[in-house]
Amino acid sequence: MIELTSIHKAFNQGKHNEYWALAGIDLAIPEKQVTALRGPSGSGKTTLLTILGCLARPTEGRVRLRGEDISGLPERFLTEIRRQTFGFIFQQFNLIRGLSAIENVVLPAYPTGRPRKALLEKAEALLADVDLAHRREAKVEWLSGGEQQRVAICRALINDPEALIADEPTANLDTKLAGEFLGILESLADKGRTIILTSHDPLVIESDVVNVIVTLRDGKIVEQ
Amino acid sequence: MLMKIWIEKQKHLIDFTLASLARRKGKNLGLLFIYGLLVFVLASVALYTHALRTEAQKVLAGTPEIVLQRLVAGRHDLIPPGYIEKIGRIRGVQKKEGRLWGYYYDSVVKANYTFMAPRDMKVERGEIIVGPALERSRGLATGNGISFRSYSGELHTFIVADVLPQSSELVSADLVLMHEEDFRAFFKYPDGHYTDVAMSVANPQEIRNVALKLMDALPDSRPILRDEVLRTYASVFDWREGIMLALLSAAILAFGIFAWEKAAGLSAEEKREIGILKAIGWETGDVIKMKFWEGLLISLLAFLLGYVAAYLHVFHFNSLLFEPVLKGWAVLYPRFTLTPHIDGLQVATMFFFTVFPYTAAVLVPIWRAATTDPDTVMRS
Ligand SMILES: Nc1ncnc2c1ncn2[C@@H]1O[C@H](COP(=O)(O)OP(=O)(O)OP(=O)(O)O)[C@@H](O)[C@H]1O
Ligand SMILES: [Mg+2]
Repeated sequence: MIELTSIHKAFNQGKHNEYWALAGIDLAIPEKQVTALRGPSGSGKTTLLTILGCLARPTEGRVRLRGEDISGLPERFLTEIRRQTFGFIFQQFNLIRGLSAIENVVLPAYPTGRPRKALLEKAEALLADVDLAHRREAKVEWLSGGEQQRVAICRALINDPEALIADEPTANLDTKLAGEFLGILESLADKGRTIILTSHDPLVIESDVVNVIVTLRDGKIVEQ
Repeated sequence: MLMKIWIEKQKHLIDFTLASLARRKGKNLGLLFIYGLLVFVLASVALYTHALRTEAQKVLAGTPEIVLQRLVAGRHDLIPPGYIEKIGRIRGVQKKEGRLWGYYYDSVVKANYTFMAPRDMKVERGEIIVGPALERSRGLATGNGISFRSYSGELHTFIVADVLPQSSELVSADLVLMHEEDFRAFFKYPDGHYTDVAMSVANPQEIRNVALKLMDALPDSRPILRDEVLRTYASVFDWREGIMLALLSAAILAFGIFAWEKAAGLSAEEKREIGILKAIGWETGDVIKMKFWEGLLISLLAFLLGYVAAYLHVFHFNSLLFEPVLKGWAVLYPRFTLTPHIDGLQVATMFFFTVFPYTAAVLVPIWRAATTDPDTVMRS
């Protein structure tokens, strides 16, 4: 689904603290599969994820989405691709405090201009899928970590994206909640979504849900 | 179809904006209060000076082009019999007539009235027509009797025949109109003497010439031109406006600082939210539009509240809060209610100078925050 060719990513390019977080990545993310990125801290997993999810552009190299080169597209188009194609689950969940669970879920759909009624119905169905229907009006800061993550998952799904991107999804969860997360992951994978995640967690890496494991070190792929 | 999506999108943005505003209730209410207060001060000044100007124009519209006074030893003195005739014919003067008026201090309510024997209005002997200020301060109504003690000590009693309409308080508030004979009797004015002479000149270009000829014919006279009065009024207003302007600039300065602080002080939380919105698919433009609605809603509301409060303040509470600055008028006109008047251009100007800079000031830092790369949220 996504192909990367000789991707390099530099931070603070041209300055004294220039740092190459990715140093030549060639990778193809298969469609409708679960791909996990692993590797030591600082190896470039998150950086790679931001490039796969069109949150950032590579310093060098090409990104192809469904065969189309998108590395040169202006920001506006990237945003639209990101909105239509990817749903994000962040490590810190990044929900907006002060808003209710359901308000958070519908946020990514605002720029699409879909009617509010349809959005709320869809959000309600998504929350029900993860057993959160009863908490829909609760302010997100009152929710537990596991509940917050499930709200984040619903938010990632509101625009019906082809792919889900999750950075360290189990880092803030205990074993039981991590298990539940894997359960949700499995059902999403079964429905044919492409999933890309990073993880340190053996529970995730060794689970049956994961189809492809990519190992990074010093900004390079060492094993696939 | 595109239009529908656009409208739906704006509705979403406004929804989100309202929710955002509600989330930071304390902060936004504070903002609204300060902002509204500033609009209130600015609008009060604007409404007040404008109404005062309109009022002054009304006053002057009814006065003659030239008023001739006689001076004795540099002091204003009565016009003796035969004086008017001495003027003779001067080209351009349409009408000249002696006027009878004077001031009377009413010790009961500690106010000055203007007594006058009108030429263009008939008042029966023993009757008076009073201005609205008297109607209020002395509780007079048509048919009531009232006594004034003259400067010679005698008591004169009059029946109130009518009360003047309230069209312009500045002109008529303190007037007491009476018959010429009553006037002369009350002030012991000798027969044939007048207070001054009013002249009407049709062609404004001729006024100066007429004044020069008057000075030639009557060296002891002093012609007072309406244009000069107008200029005096203008300078009085200018002086007052100067103070008001100082107030105004202070307010604008405060406003600037306040807007700047609000602008510079984009909280970490707000920045984080902007990052999140961008990461989940909001365009830079969407974020800016949302914040634009936020700024616009606050400033619109503040403008409305401030303006309405200012309107009430100026026209219903007699500019209560400005009293120290505007004392002069307050002494002259104990209860001086301005005619309500709203000027469209003025509202537009005020609107532009308050709503626009605020919205702009708020948008700059938002724009900066909104154009940062969305990948930063991955690392918060
Ligand atoms: N904005 C930035 N500016 C400078 N250096 C950065 C920036 N973002 C990341 N880096 C550096 O790039 C390298 C790769 O970072 P990245 O976050 O991709 O690692 P990671 O594999 O996700 O690590 P972890 O497992 O700890 O999350 C790190 O050394 C990091 O310090
Ligand atoms: Mg990481």
